[in-house]
Amino acid sequence: MDNHVPTQDSIVTVHNLTFSRGEKKIFDDISLEFERGKVTAIMGPSGTGKTTLLKLIGGQLFPDHGSIMVSGRNIHHLKHDDLYALRKRMGMLFQSGALLTDMSVFENVAYPLREHTQLPESMIRTLVLMKLEAVGLRGARNLMPNELSGGMARRVALARAIALDPMMILYDEPFTGQDPISMGALVHLIKALNTTLGLTSIIVSHDVHETAAIADYIYVLSEGKVIGQGTPKDIFDSPSLWVQQFMNGAADGPVHFHYPAKNYMEDLLHSEKPIFSRQRPPNDRTTKRKRYS
Amino acid sequence: MEFFQNLGASTRSSFTKLGRGSYFLVHLLAGISSVLVRPRLLLKQLHSVGVLSFLIISISGLFVGMVLGLQGFYILSRFGAEETLGVMVAASLVRELGPVVTALLFAGRAGSALTAEIGLMKATEQLSGMEMMAIDPIKRIISPRFLAGFLSMPLLAALFSCVGIIGGQLVGTGLLGVDDGAYWSQMQANLDFQGDIINGVIKSIVFGFVTSWIALFEGYDSIPTAEGVSRATTRTVVNSAFSILGLDFILTALMFGDN
Repeated sequence: MDNHVPTQDSIVTVHNLTFSRGEKKIFDDISLEFERGKVTAIMGPSGTGKTTLLKLIGGQLFPDHGSIMVSGRNIHHLKHDDLYALRKRMGMLFQSGALLTDMSVFENVAYPLREHTQLPESMIRTLVLMKLEAVGLRGARNLMPNELSGGMARRVALARAIALDPMMILYDEPFTGQDPISMGALVHLIKALNTTLGLTSIIVSHDVHETAAIADYIYVLSEGKVIGQGTPKDIFDSPSLWVQQFMNGAADGPVHFHYPAKNYMEDLLHSEKPIFSRQRPPNDRTTKRKRYS
Repeated sequence: MEFFQNLGASTRSSFTKLGRGSYFLVHLLAGISSVLVRPRLLLKQLHSVGVLSFLIISISGLFVGMVLGLQGFYILSRFGAEETLGVMVAASLVRELGPVVTALLFAGRAGSALTAEIGLMKATEQLSGMEMMAIDPIKRIISPRFLAGFLSMPLLAALFSCVGIIGGQLVGTGLLGVDDGAYWSQMQANLDFQGDIINGVIKSIVFGFVTSWIALFEGYDSIPTAEGVSRATTRTVVNSAFSILGLDFILTALMFGDN
């Protein structure tokens, strides 16, 4: 897609990014813009490397080609200290929450403050309670992470992500596996944080309706390419059959229900090997190597 | 043809792993200075790695010492040299069994726990989460654990040897009738501080370094799935045992060659 217009005020610019894992090309020369102060969503089916994209933006992975500019600086050319300084201004909400399991909710939220600031204990307490209040979990501050439900854990992680008042937050599948009430709470929370704190939000998700409800701009990815972009309305009205299938959740369409395989009839009649054989295929060197390492 | 391909592939993968491990070690050692600024991180790990290993180390030490007392007595009494039982027990413990058995037990008790802990932290994205919070997980998670293992090992080995000597004395003088005074005085007269004790401590320092490094690296380098973590834990115990026994041979050859 070359028809995107780079805007002046973008906080993250992904330029001609190519990234592969082994033989598989995850991203094939894609370019994306994330505007400051907006909620931008990246959508696509599972396995299109959406989480990988967030890790590339966070500087945890390196691209094969292309560049990612965050706040005007190429994140992959930064020195270790500069990278860490920049990461202090980014929050990331992991799918699992990634809370530190040996600390209480309060300590988890206080952790980045204690690590990066020299604030007195009373100030840390006030800040932590403010952040927990924002996600509605001030009363849960003494619980341990294993006592939290999935939705609560994610809200605590969100409180931790905003503890240092970042300029942007990366959300990795914030809605996956949530019951409708938690999901509603999170949708509301993400939008509210974005407007009240003046953040920039990047959401990676395949929950079409929740994401479309709060996103200002959407990119739809498939097989390493951007196959649709625009406001939620543009996307829902997209002429592309693929985008239509994804947005409406149709089982079959340009994306086939079946994983590529040979002819069904032929496969049933000529089984080349007993089904429960424990033998490896003869050329599968990767599994062999794993075994001995 | 395929044989050579596999040979090449496995050689290459073990060398890249060695490279990753060395890089990890350098990074980890660089992080130690920041642990010294935060002694609380270290204290917590010293407790879980060192203090909690006390029981297994002292009980094993006691039994090993008792067995040495028995076996030593049977052999020495044939030559009428029961009086030197103390020397035999103490020398075998301080030179060999103390450092080696402690290190093996440590790898099983604390090393496997470290690998599983780090591997699970990786699997639950806690390490990645810390990186994104601009907190270096090597400095905050790995280095304190390494230092704790490194410091605990010589102390645990010393504990093992002491308890073992007492175990030998219990059996030797209590059950078998070796003279108590001879047990201790022979030990004092014939054990060399430099040659025996210091060399034993050096061994346990080396084993502490290697075991902690292996345990932490295997956890950090594990494939973040249930299966991956379980394999990494196994590798920790196996590789630690190999390295401990191999290094023990090399160190013994270097240290006690002149005698």
